[in-house]
Amino acid sequence: MNRATIRPLLGKLGGLLLTLFLASVVIFAALQLTGDPIAAITGGVRPTPELIETIRAQYHLDDPIWLQYLRWLGGIVTGDLGTSFVYKTPVVDLIAPRIGITVLLVLYTVVLIVVFGIGSGILAARRGGATDKAVLVATSVGVALPTFVVAILLIWLFGRELGWFPVYGAGEGLLDNLYHLTLPAISLSVLYIAYLSRITRGAVVAQLGSEHVDTARVRGIPSEQIFRRHVFLNASPQVLSISGATIAGLFAISAIAEVAFGIGGLGSLLTEAAARKDLPVVQVISLMLVALFVVVNAVVDVIIAAIDPDSAKPRRNA
Amino acid sequence: MSVAQLAGGRVPRVARRAAQREWLFIVAAVVLLGIVVMALFGPLLAPYDPDQLFVGPSNGAVSASHIMGTDDLGRDIFSRVLSGAAASVFAPVVVVVLSGVLGATLAVVAAWFGGWVDGVSNRIIDVIFAIPGLVLAILAVAMFGKGLVAPVLALSIAYLPIVSRLVRGGARAELGKPYMAALRIQGVSSGAIAFRHLVPALLPMIIAQSTIGFGYAMLDLAAISFLGLGAQPPASDWGVMISAGQASLLTGAPEQSVFPALLVVVTVLAVNILGARVTAWAEGKDS
Repeated sequence: MNRATIRPLLGKLGGLLLTLFLASVVIFAALQLTGDPIAAITGGVRPTPELIETIRAQYHLDDPIWLQYLRWLGGIVTGDLGTSFVYKTPVVDLIAPRIGITVLLVLYTVVLIVVFGIGSGILAARRGGATDKAVLVATSVGVALPTFVVAILLIWLFGRELGWFPVYGAGEGLLDNLYHLTLPAISLSVLYIAYLSRITRGAVVAQLGSEHVDTARVRGIPSEQIFRRHVFLNASPQVLSISGATIAGLFAISAIAEVAFGIGGLGSLLTEAAARKDLPVVQVISLMLVALFVVVNAVVDVIIAAIDPDSAKPRRNA
Repeated sequence: MSVAQLAGGRVPRVARRAAQREWLFIVAAVVLLGIVVMALFGPLLAPYDPDQLFVGPSNGAVSASHIMGTDDLGRDIFSRVLSGAAASVFAPVVVVVLSGVLGATLAVVAAWFGGWVDGVSNRIIDVIFAIPGLVLAILAVAMFGKGLVAPVLALSIAYLPIVSRLVRGGARAELGKPYMAALRIQGVSSGAIAFRHLVPALLPMIIAQSTIGFGYAMLDLAAISFLGLGAQPPASDWGVMISAGQASLLTGAPEQSVFPALLVVVTVLAVNILGARVTAWAEGKDS
């Protein structure tokens, strides 16, 4: 990477921080201004005016909104994530034990997506013929199968008919975790495997038909080497950008698989907190998901810029 | 993050190719017609009262009297699917219309004025884009409570950047064309140029985008209902039915989940095929 690629990246970093900051303001202010914290805190018990006073003072609800925001942000930076309205325990104690399983589920899913998505895309592009047809049919169905549909099909098939994999909970210990997370990971990955497969196939086919590949062939370079050095490397920015966006988003949609399979992860916690208006929990997890989404996307942008410096230059019509 | 954001609202290549096959297009059109009829007249067509308990056995199998079987509470699944069609189909329509109108307005304003207006609009879009659609919907539920209203509003905002980026590009290209300069020289007022020429020229693009967006919105809304945050039982929204049927899956009665799930998948597939047609039409208009 030379200076010409680094400068636009620094500009992007600035934009990224600004975006994150604005997103945090939106997340905090929107909930703080519209939510009804008293009802969530008292859990439906009709509060006395004195109790309301105490609660408002305890959660600093009477401070101006900007002060509340600064206190919240300051807390997050120093590791104090606030107190859950519903559980009355520190938010960090709710989140910490649940992060691991969500991260594991997302990683498992990413492995499936990358291996089968990119793998089948390359296979279809290189083999052509019947293999290509088969992949086309499979992916055509796959792109129409959202997580919750695959989840119920798997629960029916394995929970009732086959029983090879557990359909509830996350298990104990790493191996048991992985065993339990197999079906959730499949349900999260099917649609994206299909999608990434299509993207990969398209990118590889475009490269295979390009003049520089023809030239390499004429020069007598072994086809394995052509594929690695000329085809795959050139196809990789497009594949990477879609993979990156997928991975970034998986932390959020993981909630669907967690709820379907009864896994106590971040997503199921967020879902439950939203249903019960547990604002401090919703705010922190949302911010985490947004930060992850933005950072992962940015990291992928940097990797792509390293492979293909042209992509870092500002596009004319973008 | 939904597929909508991933695909940038473009038609998947698979669907583009599929749209070239005439018979597939006809099948898709017939399927969609059926879905629209269900959405409009569902309750009238239902053979049973969708909320009446035990019109049949609990978790009854498919039979002549219950063509989709009965659910855990003995309600007729076919009747519930019909009565739930309206919410399942019209909620995504609202998302598509709202995000289309908001996104196109923002884009046209940004392209028209340029400069700092364009800058601010870009920043707004970046911030919206940084929040995955599902997270935005969950935030909205935490704000306004469970139900379809909050997720519909949230997704309308989440889909806005996709429409806006596309339309802004189109608007800038259109504004750069010679006939725009000609109109200005002739002394046509800005309002007339914007509303009689620019917006009509962009409409095919917006319509094509909305068709594709519908499928994505339907999937996202069903997912939110599946999470228990959207439409609430005993409503027979398809997402709710899929979620409510989960317990019966383990007793070997998949009907309650599988039929609504099948309808969601088939509807989305059909809309994607139609969307590819509409996109081809819009692109043809452009050239």
